[in-house]
Amino acid sequence: MTPAAVTVSAARATTTAAETHGFLSPTGVEIAFLLVGLVTFGAAIVTVTTKQLVHAALWLVVALGGLAVEYLLLTAEFIAWVQVLIYVGSVVVLLLFGLMLTRAPIGRSPDADSGNRWAALTVAIAAAGALVWVVVDAFRTTWIDLDGAAAGSTAVTGASLFQSWVLPFEALSVLLLAALVGAIVLSRKAKAKTKAEVEAEAKTKTPATASDTPRRDDVPRSDKEGAR
Amino acid sequence: MNDALDVALRLLVVFVVFLTFPLLVGQAEHKVMAHMQGRLGPMYAGGFHGWAQLVADGVKFAQKEDIVPAGADRRIFQLAPAVALLPYLMVLLVIPVGPGEGAVGEVVDAGIFFVLAVMGVSVLGSLMAGWASANKFSLLGGLRTAAQLLAYELPMLLTAASVAMAAGTVSLTGIVDAFEWWWLPWQIVGAIVFFVAGLAELQRPPFDMPVADSEIIFGAYTEYTGLRFALFLLAEYAGIVVLCGLTTVLFLGGWHGPWGADGLGWVWTLLKAAVLAFVVIWLRVTYPRLREDQLQKLAWTLLVPLSLAQIALTGIVKVVIA
Repeated sequence: MTPAAVTVSAARATTTAAETHGFLSPTGVEIAFLLVGLVTFGAAIVTVTTKQLVHAALWLVVALGGLAVEYLLLTAEFIAWVQVLIYVGSVVVLLLFGLMLTRAPIGRSPDADSGNRWAALTVAIAAAGALVWVVVDAFRTTWIDLDGAAAGSTAVTGASLFQSWVLPFEALSVLLLAALVGAIVLSRKAKAKTKAEVEAEAKTKTPATASDTPRRDDVPRSDKEGAR
Repeated sequence: MNDALDVALRLLVVFVVFLTFPLLVGQAEHKVMAHMQGRLGPMYAGGFHGWAQLVADGVKFAQKEDIVPAGADRRIFQLAPAVALLPYLMVLLVIPVGPGEGAVGEVVDAGIFFVLAVMGVSVLGSLMAGWASANKFSLLGGLRTAAQLLAYELPMLLTAASVAMAAGTVSLTGIVDAFEWWWLPWQIVGAIVFFVAGLAELQRPPFDMPVADSEIIFGAYTEYTGLRFALFLLAEYAGIVVLCGLTTVLFLGGWHGPWGADGLGWVWTLLKAAVLAFVVIWLRVTYPRLREDQLQKLAWTLLVPLSLAQIALTGIVKVVIA
C-alpha cells in the first residue's frame, strides 16, 4: 500500500508530460534508478539462491536498502526512511534473531533448498507480472517533476494518507491489531496449556487415564509451538 | 563551484567532529570514572593529566595484528565494524547544532525517521560480528543484542513520535524551532524514556548485558583485535555523542537558552550534550548491570507503557491548546 500511496501522491503533483520525456535520452536520476534497481534485483536473486542462511538474510538487507534508495530517487523521502526503519532495522533483525536462536551454521547448508521452489517461482512470477502490469498501466504517462517541490515529502504523504486513503489505512491498522491480539492469545494459551498439562500429569498417576490423557494433550501442544 | 565547496566543507567538519568528539567523551570517561572512584586515571601520556591517553591507545590498536579466526566467516567478520560505525557518521550529518542552515551538515525533511532508522542499522554490525566470529560467546552476545534492540526500539520511536506530535513536524530543525520552555515539564517522561532506551540501544552500562565482559567476554567482540576492535569502541562512543545530541535537540531545546540565543546558540547545544554525556558516564559508574530478564522487563512493562502515556498526554495537551 505504501508504494502505491507514494506513486499516487506523486502522480497527483506531477504533470503528464510524456511528450517532453523520451526513453532514449535518460537523465542522471533515471540512470541511477535503473542501476540501483539492478543491484536490488541481483541482491534479491542471491537472497533466494544462496545456500548460506545468514548470508541470505544479509543480502535481504541489501535488497531492502536498495528499495529505500529507489524511494528516495522517486522523492519519497519519508517512505524511504520508514522502509529502512521497519524492514532493515526491525524485520531483518528479527529474522537474524530467529536464525541465531535456532540454527545459524557458518558455511553452506545443503538442505537449504525447499522442494516447493518451483511452485514458489511460479507464484513469484505471477505476482510480479500482475504488479508490473497494473503499475505500468496506471502510471504510463506520469513523470515526477524533480525541479519543483518534492512530491513525496512527509507533508504530502501524510495529507494523501489521511485524506484520500484513510479508509484502507484504518482497515490495515485493524488488521494489525487483530494480528497483535492473536499473537498474545496464542502465547497465553500455550502457557495455560502447560499448566493443564502439569495437572494432567498428576492425574496420570491414577492408572485408569494413564494411557489416554497425555496423548490427547500432546497434539495441540506441538501444534501451538509451531504457530508461535 | 561554491556549492561543491560548501558541501565539501560541511562534510569535512562533520567528519572531524565524528573523529574528535567520541575521543573527548572517552577521555572524559577515563577521568570522570577515575575521580568518582577515588583514583586519578591516566596521568602520563601527553604530559598534562594524560590528555593524549586515547591517542596512545589508538596507536597501540593500529600496531596490533589483525586476526580473523580460522572458523569465522571471513568477509562478514571483516565487514561488521564498518556496518556498526558508519551509521553514526550519517546520523551526525543531520543533527543541527544551531539555528539556520549553516549549523547542520545536511537538512533532511524527515529527520527523526532518518536518525532512528539509521541508528537501528548500526545494530546489524554487532549481529554480523556475533554470528561471523564462530564463537559461542559471540553468538550469545549477538542474540542478546538483537533481543535488546527489539525491546528498546519501540519506546524510543514512541517518545520521538510524541515530540514530533508536539512540534507538528518530523524535521529536527523544525522541532527545535518550535520548542518552548514549558515543553520541558510536558515532555519530561518522554525525554527520560528516550534517553534510557537510547542507552540500552548503545549497550552502555547498566544495559551492557550483550557485551558483559565478565560473563560472555565482550559478547560479539570477543574475537576482534587491533583496529577492527577499536572501530567497535569508536562506534560506541560515537553513539554516545549521537544520543546526547539527539536528546538535546528533541527534548532539551537545542540552541534555546536563557540568554545569548542569537550568536551563541551552538554553545548551548554543545553544553547540554556535554552534560548528558557526563550523565551517561555517571550511570556507568553508579549502577550494576541489569540481568537479561530485568532488561526485557524494564522495556516492556515500564518504558513502553510510559511512552504510550506520554503520547496520550501530548495529544491531550495539543488538543486543549489548539
